[in-house]
Amino acid sequence: MDHIIEVNVIDRDGQLHKLEAPTDMGMNMMELCKSAELPVEGTCGGMAMCASCHMYVDSSHDVPEKSDDEEDMLDEAFFVEDNSRLGCQIYLADALDGLTVRLAPVGQ
Amino acid sequence: MIQTDILIIGAGPCGLFTVFEAGLLKLRCHLIDALPQAGGQCSEIYPKKPIYDIPAYPSILAGDLVDKLMEQAAPFQPGFTLGERAETIEKDAEDQFILTTNRGTKHRAPIIAIAGGLGCFEPRKPPVPGLAAFEDRGVEYIIKDPEFYREKRVVISGGGDSALDWAIFLAEGVASHVTLIHRRQEFRGHLDSVQKAMDLAQAGKIQLLTDSEVTEAHGDGALKTLVVKHKTEGERTLETDHWVPLFGLSPKLGPISDWNLNVTKNAVEVDTFDYSTNIPGIYAIGDINTYPGKLKLILCGFHEATLMVQSAFKRIYPDKNLVLKYTTVNGVNGF
Ligand SMILES: Cc1cc2nc3c(=O)[nH]c(=O)nc-3n(C[C@H](O)[C@H](O)[C@H](O)COP(=O)(O)OP(=O)(O)OC[C@H]3O[C@@H](n4cnc5c(N)ncnc54)[C@H](O)[C@@H]3O)c2cc1C
Ligand code: FES
Repeated sequence: MDHIIEVNVIDRDGQLHKLEAPTDMGMNMMELCKSAELPVEGTCGGMAMCASCHMYVDSSHDVPEKSDDEEDMLDEAFFVEDNSRLGCQIYLADALDGLTVRLAPVGQ
Repeated sequence: MIQTDILIIGAGPCGLFTVFEAGLLKLRCHLIDALPQAGGQCSEIYPKKPIYDIPAYPSILAGDLVDKLMEQAAPFQPGFTLGERAETIEKDAEDQFILTTNRGTKHRAPIIAIAGGLGCFEPRKPPVPGLAAFEDRGVEYIIKDPEFYREKRVVISGGGDSALDWAIFLAEGVASHVTLIHRRQEFRGHLDSVQKAMDLAQAGKIQLLTDSEVTEAHGDGALKTLVVKHKTEGERTLETDHWVPLFGLSPKLGPISDWNLNVTKNAVEVDTFDYSTNIPGIYAIGDINTYPGKLKLILCGFHEATLMVQSAFKRIYPDKNLVLKYTTVNGVNGF
């Protein structure tokens, strides 16, 4: 099918969710997780201003680089690793077919 | 004891607009907010971002919207208890609510309107094991009075303006030793603060540890040492009197969940007839409430506030009739 990819999301209990995602609707990973009712808050609505959509990119896909805003917001997050990203800054694109992400733990 | 007609918990946009709508019905309001300033998310998270879906404003900065709401509410002289969290609610013999804050300030009113948004903004706490035991015993998340750190050894964590500014301030003749720890090498503060911190580090006045984070805290009773892990160079132990982690604020539902309200998914269930909760006399409006079709938008919260005060009026004055009056007829007659 056109403009539909499959992505894998591993939730905080380690369970894998295979999600179908449209790539022609300007959707990002935070929104995709929310629409699948996975526990991602998305408090700021996707503006890289809350870090509630912190996730790790576990596959070797070429995800577009972090902006300064995203780096800055990750400074206020915890459990940050080299593969940490804000889900709301990862826009679904055909090249991300098969992407695997893991939701980061939530702080206290 | 502060007495009013409607006690509003949360001075975000919806709480502020409630003051105006209540004022039109000659009801007085008092606002309580855990933050030191009014405006809720608009002031705390995105004051400089333009909002495009406020009716009649093609674009308005969130901070300006708050200023205008304050201006619009001003004729009705709202009271404010800022920097205090609404903690407990009881009823007294005359069927009025007594609301007490975490600092013990008492408020009394026949009506409570919860406009608590996403909850109280609280400091983000690093996931260091056993950290809670050192809170106020060497670990502080907010610097209230810099004098508290005079001649003390202080470790600050964080990469933003507040971490930089406090490290600079304390290093210039207040603390005996200042360490600044940051996860990366780049800082996101204002360029001149970043430069100043670097200069102080060069001059040996700030010990700068980048690519590092605190992973452990130790002490007997009070904080004594921190374990700091560098990305590649392993761990080191720092002796210190204080650790101040500055990672910004994030909202938590907080005490609202203890008030016997029907709460689902961090939101208070309401009846859309008047936004009343399951407790008569307590209403919930704005981001904090939920009902079928709920949208967390400012404009929806304004509508909810308007209907809510009508119902509040009828509770306070069951024998009086309310007739809708346009503001164009008599203008706004403040208190
Ligand atoms: C980045 C961002 C962009 C947004 N853009 C838009 C947009 O374009 N359009 C739009 O309509 N909406 C937007 N929103 C959403 C909008 O900001 C919220 O809908 C709005 O702020 C809700 O207002 P409120 O008054 O209900 O609550 P809030 O603004 O959340 O204020 C609630 C206040 O209650 C206080 N509080 C909570 N519990 C207690 C307690 N127990 N004691 C004391 N105080 C307490 C909190 O400290 C807070 O100040 C955006 C939000 C974000 C974060
Ligand atoms: S949703 Fe807020 S940072 Fe992504």
